[in-house]
Amino acid sequence: MEEVDVEPAVTNIPAASSGTHLGFAWGPGDILVYETLYKASGKCRYQRIHTLLPSVRDPATSMRTKNPTCMEELQQVAVSTKVAEVAMQYGNQVSILLAIELIWNLCEVLFIDAAPAGSLLLHLLDWVRLHKADVDEKAREVLQSESPAEHRDYWDVVVSYVLQGRLEEARQMLVKQATLQPAARKMYKQMDTLLSKMPFYNPGGTQTLTEFDVKWRHWHEEVDRCLQDNSFASNKHLELICKILVGDEDTLLEHKDLLSTWYHFLVTRLLFCHPTVKPTELHYYAQSCLTMFLDSRSVPEPLDSILLAAFEFDIHQVIKDCSIALNNWWFVAHLTDLLDHCKLLQSHNLHFGSNLREFLLLEYASGLFTHHSLWQLAVDYFDHCPEFGRVYLELQIERVPLDTERKALKVLRICEQRQMSEQVRSICKIMAMRALRNNRLGSALSWSIRAKDAAFATLISERFLQDYCARGTFSDLDLIDNLGPAMLLSDRLTFLGKYREFHKLYGEKRFREASKLLLSLMTAKIAPRSFWMTLLTDALPLLEQKEVIFSADQTHELMFCLEELMSSLNTTTAGTDRPMQDEDIEVTKVELLRLALARNLAMAIVKEGTVEA
Amino acid sequence: FFFRFAAVYVSQKISKSRWRPVSHSSLQQADIFATGSWDNEDNKISFWSIGSHGSSGVEDGFEGDPQLLCEHKHDGDVLDLQFLDQDRIVTASSTGAVTIFRHHQNSQTISVSQQWARAHRYPSDNAPCTGVVCSSPEIVTVGEDGRIIVFRADQEGVIRVIDNADSSTIHAVTYLRTTEILTVNSIGQLKLWDLRQQSNSPSQILSLSGDRVPLHCVDRHPNQQHIVATGGQDGMLCVWDVRQGSTPFSLMEAHSAEMWEVHFHPTNPDHLFTCSEDGSLLHWETSSQSDIPSFLQGGRNSSMTSRSAMAPAGGNQSLINAWLSGDSSKGRLETTHMLPSQTLSVNSLDVLGQCLVCGTDGEAIFVNRQVPV
Repeated sequence: MEEVDVEPAVTNIPAASSGTHLGFAWGPGDILVYETLYKASGKCRYQRIHTLLPSVRDPATSMRTKNPTCMEELQQVAVSTKVAEVAMQYGNQVSILLAIELIWNLCEVLFIDAAPAGSLLLHLLDWVRLHKADVDEKAREVLQSESPAEHRDYWDVVVSYVLQGRLEEARQMLVKQATLQPAARKMYKQMDTLLSKMPFYNPGGTQTLTEFDVKWRHWHEEVDRCLQDNSFASNKHLELICKILVGDEDTLLEHKDLLSTWYHFLVTRLLFCHPTVKPTELHYYAQSCLTMFLDSRSVPEPLDSILLAAFEFDIHQVIKDCSIALNNWWFVAHLTDLLDHCKLLQSHNLHFGSNLREFLLLEYASGLFTHHSLWQLAVDYFDHCPEFGRVYLELQIERVPLDTERKALKVLRICEQRQMSEQVRSICKIMAMRALRNNRLGSALSWSIRAKDAAFATLISERFLQDYCARGTFSDLDLIDNLGPAMLLSDRLTFLGKYREFHKLYGEKRFREASKLLLSLMTAKIAPRSFWMTLLTDALPLLEQKEVIFSADQTHELMFCLEELMSSLNTTTAGTDRPMQDEDIEVTKVELLRLALARNLAMAIVKEGTVEA
Repeated sequence: FFFRFAAVYVSQKISKSRWRPVSHSSLQQADIFATGSWDNEDNKISFWSIGSHGSSGVEDGFEGDPQLLCEHKHDGDVLDLQFLDQDRIVTASSTGAVTIFRHHQNSQTISVSQQWARAHRYPSDNAPCTGVVCSSPEIVTVGEDGRIIVFRADQEGVIRVIDNADSSTIHAVTYLRTTEILTVNSIGQLKLWDLRQQSNSPSQILSLSGDRVPLHCVDRHPNQQHIVATGGQDGMLCVWDVRQGSTPFSLMEAHSAEMWEVHFHPTNPDHLFTCSEDGSLLHWETSSQSDIPSFLQGGRNSSMTSRSAMAPAGGNQSLINAWLSGDSSKGRLETTHMLPSQTLSVNSLDVLGQCLVCGTDGEAIFVNRQVPV
């Protein structure tokens, strides 16, 4: 594509209004722009939830066990915090969590449990009851009062129980009212009978769905008859309950405040009108209930469209809507993963070759990686992305800031466990360089050993040797003297170790061994050529000893080394201009050496030629 | 089988957990512990109670759930933490600072009592302080800068510094005797230092004869002061006799990743505990004199014998401590995994009486009040 040198066109995004926050993500050929509801400051709490779900493997149970704790804490914080704005933020967080739990549970019911007609309604009832805890609170309050049947919320509680299909509890509450009105005893008895006879499908039982349906219809007709007969006409409350039991829509809609949500309305309506609803029929009812419940002024919220999509069994739409409504990938990634494991997702192959589940997990995990503390969790997620997980991990892991050695060690362990040798080497090199800069030669060596980085070990040895040449003594003897097998990592390191050994032998006056070692350093080519001069100079005091230390053969070898050194020096230094003094010193040194060698040779020959008496 | 653990999920990775010391005279059980966090933007030190006094309200019914008493911000990762006395802790920070915090029990607050801000440093940068040990009022710290520093609580300035004590990072320090300390470093050396000497060299250097595997932790046997245990990068548990020779007496495969801490039980030293990056916490038990292998003596939970051990390297038989022989074929050493499931790295542990506390990278603290010792 050719570069066009014009100002880029400005595109107005119609849905966004001022004050909303937009997020965007690049897709193949287009860009997804979405409104997000929550700002970055809410991020900290969200990250806490991440930590509660470390494993993708079993998100369902982890969610159930750990979410309540987080929820309680969030609610506590929301209540306790004094700053109104912060309280609202936390309040918002609580609503997100509640919404997530709602969606998650519904997905479990519809997609995972995949209940057929009959059981479906029972599961939906459970779902609604789980998410409407205020009934129990109110009931508790009423029951704890002096005269429960006269409590102003008494009938609300009874009606709520009926709306949720909790007929046993409704009956128990009604008994209290019945005892207060002995005159109406017969009516209460009749209601009690109606409530007790309502059939509920038993999935484990022997009754078929058709049989249940028949039974239910009979019961429904009986309730209708009661209404027609005006059996409860004198008691408006009981009449109301009767209307609910018969499934009268208008009555149900009159109690929007008790139902509080359209999906509660939906489930109640199904309970009392179509208890044998099939999964495929759900969305008709869902759509109509939503419409009926919302008055003309209110618009459906994102949560509503997500739930609707779920009732329509449109998994992809659910995922898409969740991605848009929630400002991070956590929930979506986990939900998608769960659905994928249940083989419910047609692998939506994206243009860059990986499927939807993996894409979402990768996005989520990459987000985690940027967090200062959650990067460890992200690794686990990447492990579960078969196609691109490793590549992503390799790229991300090198960017984790390594403030302490301990952190570096943990990162390295992760890399080593996954045979990411490139990353191991690069991290060790970073740490080694840092150590070297701070003059921690032992640390630097330790890192090179870990990376098996011979080149770096050589570098470190050079530093030591330079130090020695400059100061005449070794620094960090504790390291050099105790190199152990690490010495073999690099030739230079070996030389360093051996050279130090030479000094030790010399210091202990074990001259024979020292001289043998010194010679071997040169002949075995362990010593770098640049150091030979130093070695030969070290040999001088040995040559000058009264006692002959170097044998004739050894002396020959030394001479040979000297000549080799000289000839190589001559060829290389021909062009370089060195100050005259240096040249003089070098020349003198060489001459001294030659003299000493010659003298030693003579003495050695004599000694070896002498026959012991 | 697994032991009953109470767990608390905190929103921070725990780097260190330590019991508050109890006086030997009283029959008090461990009740308060301190923790330090790492890798957060805002790290914290916290004090917790497991309510053995029945002081804090326990709602859940599980006795011993740790309750947070108070916490305080900490600058940098808490790389080590020790109790100086009943009310004060010393922390080693990744910023190179050494800080004394005081826990005010009455008001349940914490205040900074004293701080040496850049105790460990490089010429142009901070150097993390990696280890601290104290014997009130003396405090000794070590760091990535290879320095050993001696402080005195309530005295400003440092008492003594050994610069370049080590050319590599010193990972941990412990007391051998009141005037001698032991350090372990990242080139696998155990060094003894006599603090009475003015020289800046160790009085003894010990190391493994094999690879120079970095050592991360060290602990001394509570009764027999020449027995020392170390753990390092390869997860091996080494037990040394510092009087004899320069190599360890026994080497045991313990963990599949770095061993972060090793602790002899302070009053029952036949028991030893180790924790590791691989997410496991092991309880080691050796039976000292009996001929009957301890797993046949009954009363213990199921366990597995240790996986490998080297035969003792010789020396005076009568003085060989049970730890040093580590010979699994005689069934004298048992190891048990204490945590029921794999977690992220267990960074720290501490044991006092029958109580064990540990902290993990999974942002959890586990407490066990019925350790079989």
